Amino acid sequence: MLKHRIIPCILLKDWQLVKSIGFKSYRTIGHPTSTVRIYNSRNVDELIVLDIDASLNGEAINTEIITDMADECFMPLTIGGGIKTLHDVSNVLNAGADKVSINSQAIIQPSFINEIATKFGSQCVICSIDVKNVDGTYFVFSQKDGLLDLDPVLLAQEYEKQGAGEILLTSVDRDGSTLGYDIELLKNFSHKLNIPIIINGGMGNLDHGVEAIQNGADALAAAYIFHFTQHTPNMIKESLYSAKIPVRME
Amino acid sequence: MKIAIIDYGMGNLRSVQKAFEKINIDSVITSNIQEIQNADKIVLPGVGAFKDAMKNLNALGLIDILHQEVIVNKKHFLGICLGMQLLGETSEEFGETKGLGWVTAEVLKFPSTTLKIPHVGWNNVHYPIDSKLFKDVPNNIDFYFVHSYYFQEQEVCITSSCEYILNFTCAIEKDNIFAVQFHPEKSQTYGLKLLKNFATL
Repeated sequence: MLKHRIIPCILLKDWQLVKSIGFKSYRTIGHPTSTVRIYNSRNVDELIVLDIDASLNGEAINTEIITDMADECFMPLTIGGGIKTLHDVSNVLNAGADKVSINSQAIIQPSFINEIATKFGSQCVICSIDVKNVDGTYFVFSQKDGLLDLDPVLLAQEYEKQGAGEILLTSVDRDGSTLGYDIELLKNFSHKLNIPIIINGGMGNLDHGVEAIQNGADALAAAYIFHFTQHTPNMIKESLYSAKIPVRME
Repeated sequence: MKIAIIDYGMGNLRSVQKAFEKINIDSVITSNIQEIQNADKIVLPGVGAFKDAMKNLNALGLIDILHQEVIVNKKHFLGICLGMQLLGETSEEFGETKGLGWVTAEVLKFPSTTLKIPHVGWNNVHYPIDSKLFKDVPNNIDFYFVHSYYFQEQEVCITSSCEYILNFTCAIEKDNIFAVQFHPEKSQTYGLKLLKNFATL
């Protein structure tokens, strides 16, 4: 039986590991390579690394640091941030990543997803969508341009049509909040997609994961809970397992 | 002992080499005919589209040398993911495409159900007792999969299976030819163990 994945999400800024709250304040919390090594030794299911600098400031993607991390990583590694061309995708994959996460460039040019899927396969494209709730309505949020007049579900469906392999769905409101995943957001996506949804933003305790899976998430991504609480990915899995949700236990 | 990891422009080669490094097995990423001839074993990894993969193997002139080394000279061969599917005779991905045809098999798209495609994530593998690849690996342990097509053999070989949408063959062993649909290089401890088993055959 296919297991639900628990995916630590790592943010990079100035070569450092950072955490964010509501996409605004960033705090340095460690060194990426050693963090990846720890996650590898803890036998996590998968890792996502997002480079905020590359994404926000248009800085070149740091393939050296990707190689360093990939060398420590014997589970799937997704890299995102500032990937704009097929050449970028190729560089990131050659540096040792298994998948790329595309956000801004896909909003500007959805056919970019199709180009990646055609050349490298759907399995290596995660489309990342950041979402903000304004007075009960969900909008796509862009780090550069703020709120966009775009419906997240329609955008995700467009990405699926273009060949995306998975959707990384992040609630900006819940990011770093520990209030739990945005379940209403997940409900909006229910039965709307045929590709897996990785929900992100807000996991603060062990019950939050169960709630999200029961409401349609295929996988759980989280950052804060692993960096700042005593909870480990394995503890999350144990709580899912007790709720009879299939997870990979070893 | 040296393993040639075939470089034909179809992704994740470095991951495979890194995994061999981790278990102290010498390997080289190559499309050079001499290096392939000199290697003791051959690994064909790959992610991406079946059609492009066959096109690339053809363009690089690798089909004949692979046939010579694996079918004629009987070198141990391991296909990973797309590298497994390429062993079949045909694939229905992007219209029917011919594969290497080393195993009587076809590559089919998962039928659509309520389950999502691709099949992505960790899923447990059941292997038969005579498997060499899974030696000392616990049965029904999880490996990492990412694929939308599956391999359906029509001849008798040692097959391991996995359950998603349907019960499908996720590993085969036929004489010197071995192949896995999942990614051992991304499956942590037991994935490395499987690669070690192949390397020490």
